Amino acid sequence: MSEIRTEEVMIAAIARMLSGLSHVAVGAASPVPGSAALLARRLTGGALRVSLLGRVSNPTFTDGARELFDCAAQGRIDAFFLGGAQIDGQANINLVSIGDPDKPKARFPGSFGSAYLYFVVPRVILFRQDHSPRALVPKVDFVSAPGVSAPNVYRPGGPHALVTGRCVFDFDRDAERFRLKSVHPGHTVQEIEQETGFDFDIPDGGETPETEMPSREWIELIRGPVGEEIRELYPEFASRMFGTA
Amino acid sequence: MTQVLTSAEEIAARIPDGALLALPPEYAPCSMETIRALVRRGARDLRLLGVPQFGIQAELLIGSGCVAEVETAAVTLGEQGLAPRFTEAIKQQRIKMRDTTCPAIHAALQASEKGIPFMPLRGLIGTDILARREDWLLGENPFADDDPIVYLPAIRPDVTLFHAAKADRNGNVWIGLRRELMVMAHASANAYATAEEIVEHDLLDDPETAPGTIPGLYVTAIARAERGAWPLGVPNLYERDAAHLAQYAQMAKTQQGFDAYTDRWVFGKAAAE
Repeated sequence: MSEIRTEEVMIAAIARMLSGLSHVAVGAASPVPGSAALLARRLTGGALRVSLLGRVSNPTFTDGARELFDCAAQGRIDAFFLGGAQIDGQANINLVSIGDPDKPKARFPGSFGSAYLYFVVPRVILFRQDHSPRALVPKVDFVSAPGVSAPNVYRPGGPHALVTGRCVFDFDRDAERFRLKSVHPGHTVQEIEQETGFDFDIPDGGETPETEMPSREWIELIRGPVGEEIRELYPEFASRMFGTA
Repeated sequence: MTQVLTSAEEIAARIPDGALLALPPEYAPCSMETIRALVRRGARDLRLLGVPQFGIQAELLIGSGCVAEVETAAVTLGEQGLAPRFTEAIKQQRIKMRDTTCPAIHAALQASEKGIPFMPLRGLIGTDILARREDWLLGENPFADDDPIVYLPAIRPDVTLFHAAKADRNGNVWIGLRRELMVMAHASANAYATAEEIVEHDLLDDPETAPGTIPGLYVTAIARAERGAWPLGVPNLYERDAAHLAQYAQMAKTQQGFDAYTDRWVFGKAAAE
């Protein structure tokens, strides 16, 4: 078995967070969360329902692009995944631009469904492989979706965790802060402090646990049937990770 | 009566400059043949609505100077990366951008479907999307105390443009699962579709196809366009041409490269390999 890749550590970490849920949906540009959801589905013997947006074969939704959002609004989606060109310490995410949005230094695709799903899906898992001060910032330049809201704002959903290429953070909605949960093997707390642009909590006791590595069985699933399933939506990702079909 | 036209060119001729043009996402069939025809006819000042997001359709029109405004939740080439002509046009402030979020577009089109002036939507509060939308209103739920909610004005596109696997002589267009096309057609003043084939039987007569068919009632005109979605795909007929899209993404990094792309693939001029 070849060396375990960072993406596979992230896939396994995300898959563990989906344990016990009944329906997770996966949006655009999400090959790592998509793989995690498909892995979690296999680990539950198919009990976990996984809706991959844009999938042609065996689709969950039959009422067009709006159904994902309406389904989430009804409380029928337990978990969703969002990335961010920038993510800040209050779990605000930016999918739009760097600098003044009218004269941006960098422009990204856009907010997709984040400005809605972040509010209505109970467990939103943030992911960003590039863990650097450039990505994890004190304050985002553009709020595509806010991490927290005023008490009078209807918000059954929100951030649950942030999974990066170096570690896993939990989000504490009361404290409105991230808390370091585990550090991927080969990385250190000190390095994570240096590479994170926002303040976060390190639990008392000092010894942050290592992120659990995927077992041999999980790796075989990821590189085998999960990889083949994700290939339909993400052929480039699948080829890079698992080789050509 | 739906008109049955003979080419995408004839559809492009019916989409006026300045039109609010609604376009589907890349996973619904897109009428790329008509997009190319719009570039060829030199369309100007189009206002694009990506329902809820799009990629190469917007790229070809923006890079060719056909576009004044864009409203969408995202412009992306998917695994082929950022949309280079869109990105540059934003940085150079050549197009007006209205950032939004997917369900806001769906909801505003549903308001037009119902003939009502606005639709309320959850979420959005505290975003810079809302802060920058002067046409949206942060209001109150009139049936509760202290429950803020956003009101979105209805969107009524002048034109919806898409592609389909098949249509019939009565202007009925089969869309199968891609029911956002149904909402778009209902909400728009005009809907135009190209189709891989125009069948001789009536799609509404067949109980297998009728539920996934937009009735000709909502369709202004259709035209046959074989492989009309290329380089995008049509579900279950042909796949998106990833190699070609990667080539586009590479060439379109500069305006010069983009112009060479359109010379060859839109205007059909012979090109040195």
